[in-house]
Amino acid sequence: MVNQKEHLQRVLEPYTHRPAELIQALHKVQSALGYVPRWAQVQVAEVLGVPPAQVRGVITFYHLFRQQPVGKHTVRVCMGTACHVRGAQRVLQAVEEETKAPAGKTSPDGAFTVEVVRCLGACGLAPVMMVDDEVSGRLDPRKARKVIQEVGRGT
Amino acid sequence: MITLRVDGQDITASPGQTILEAAVAAGIRIPTLCHLKGLTPRGACRICLVEVKNWNGRLVPACATPAEQGLDIVAHSQRLRDLRRTILELLFAERNHVCAFCVSNGHCELQTLAAEHGMEHVRFPYRFPALPLDASHPKYGIDHSRCVLCGRCVRACSEVEGAMTWGFSGRGIHTLVEADLGDPWGKSKTCTGCGKCVQACPTGALFERGKATSEQVKKGELVAEVTERRPRVQG
Ligand code: SF4
Ligand code: SF4
Ligand code: FES
Ligand code: FES
Repeated sequence: MVNQKEHLQRVLEPYTHRPAELIQALHKVQSALGYVPRWAQVQVAEVLGVPPAQVRGVITFYHLFRQQPVGKHTVRVCMGTACHVRGAQRVLQAVEEETKAPAGKTSPDGAFTVEVVRCLGACGLAPVMMVDDEVSGRLDPRKARKVIQEVGRGT
Repeated sequence: MITLRVDGQDITASPGQTILEAAVAAGIRIPTLCHLKGLTPRGACRICLVEVKNWNGRLVPACATPAEQGLDIVAHSQRLRDLRRTILELLFAERNHVCAFCVSNGHCELQTLAAEHGMEHVRFPYRFPALPLDASHPKYGIDHSRCVLCGRCVRACSEVEGAMTWGFSGRGIHTLVEADLGDPWGKSKTCTGCGKCVQACPTGALFERGKATSEQVKKGELVAEVTERRPRVQG
């Protein structure tokens, strides 16, 4: 942790007393750590000279900033129109149960992060999800569970 | 000096004044909610919408629009009254404004506006969100159920007290006013405990602990009293 803090200090160095560059600085933190933990938020506020409340405002406004670490695997369940009408809601529910990660969150064991996306551009295969870089289509809850189980075993 | 017309009455404004400030100076009342004298305009609530006749009837927030030469403004009409009432209904439906159980019952700006606009019922389904109440601060509390997200507390804390404790987290109807990094208010390292945010809050969202409903009267005018005594920065 001490090391991580020092590492982050170097990452944030160019943003010293540059409150206007808050978003860029947070991007750098996220690419360095994979997410923006609380201790890093404190550091960003201190180094840039912005109120903590503003750091939090930005992090919670933009969906792309994460406050939790990402799991080993990322599952993106499509909730676009085509997938939605073909039962994506039930697929998502099955995925959430199987991974133990609620949408937008990471499972307690750190194996999966589940995300909801709007159209993966594979509507013909609806309902669709992506596990890491693998697309699986024409899903139903049972099939989705199987995919998750297989990926889980591989870890 | 700028001259403009509000509800058929010719009034004057000095450069830099808003439509609202010019109207108030001329004795014309325009309803407001997120506006508080002494704080920068935010234009968040749209209660103060007025119609500019010579801008094709465009609706603009009086609190956040500069007065301009020759503007012909309608500040009171059935259309505006209906719009304002609709906004109030949306605010009531969004959170849990149960006045009978609120510490501000009887001296709440939202409640007063609703009464003034004849809001007898709400046409939208209530959302009844489950929202927390933070009573971690020894002197004050915040009940998100009553918050209208006007940002008066946020501005009072940053612009007048300079503590910058409050901020908005999240977005849309899920926005919450939170201290520092989302910490319990009582744990805040930046809060000085001055109470300006509480006095600035128009509803029962921010309140003083241990005070009866009848004593829970806000002194929003404190904000302007503080800022007006400050030396002007020459720009
Ligand atoms: S009590 Fe004063 S310092 Fe604390 S949050 Fe309110 S306005 Fe800010
Ligand atoms: S707590 Fe009060 S002052 Fe602050 S945004 Fe909510 S309603 Fe406005
Ligand atoms: S809607 Fe799901 S892939 Fe297009
Ligand atoms: S009072 Fe003008 S927008 Fe709220």
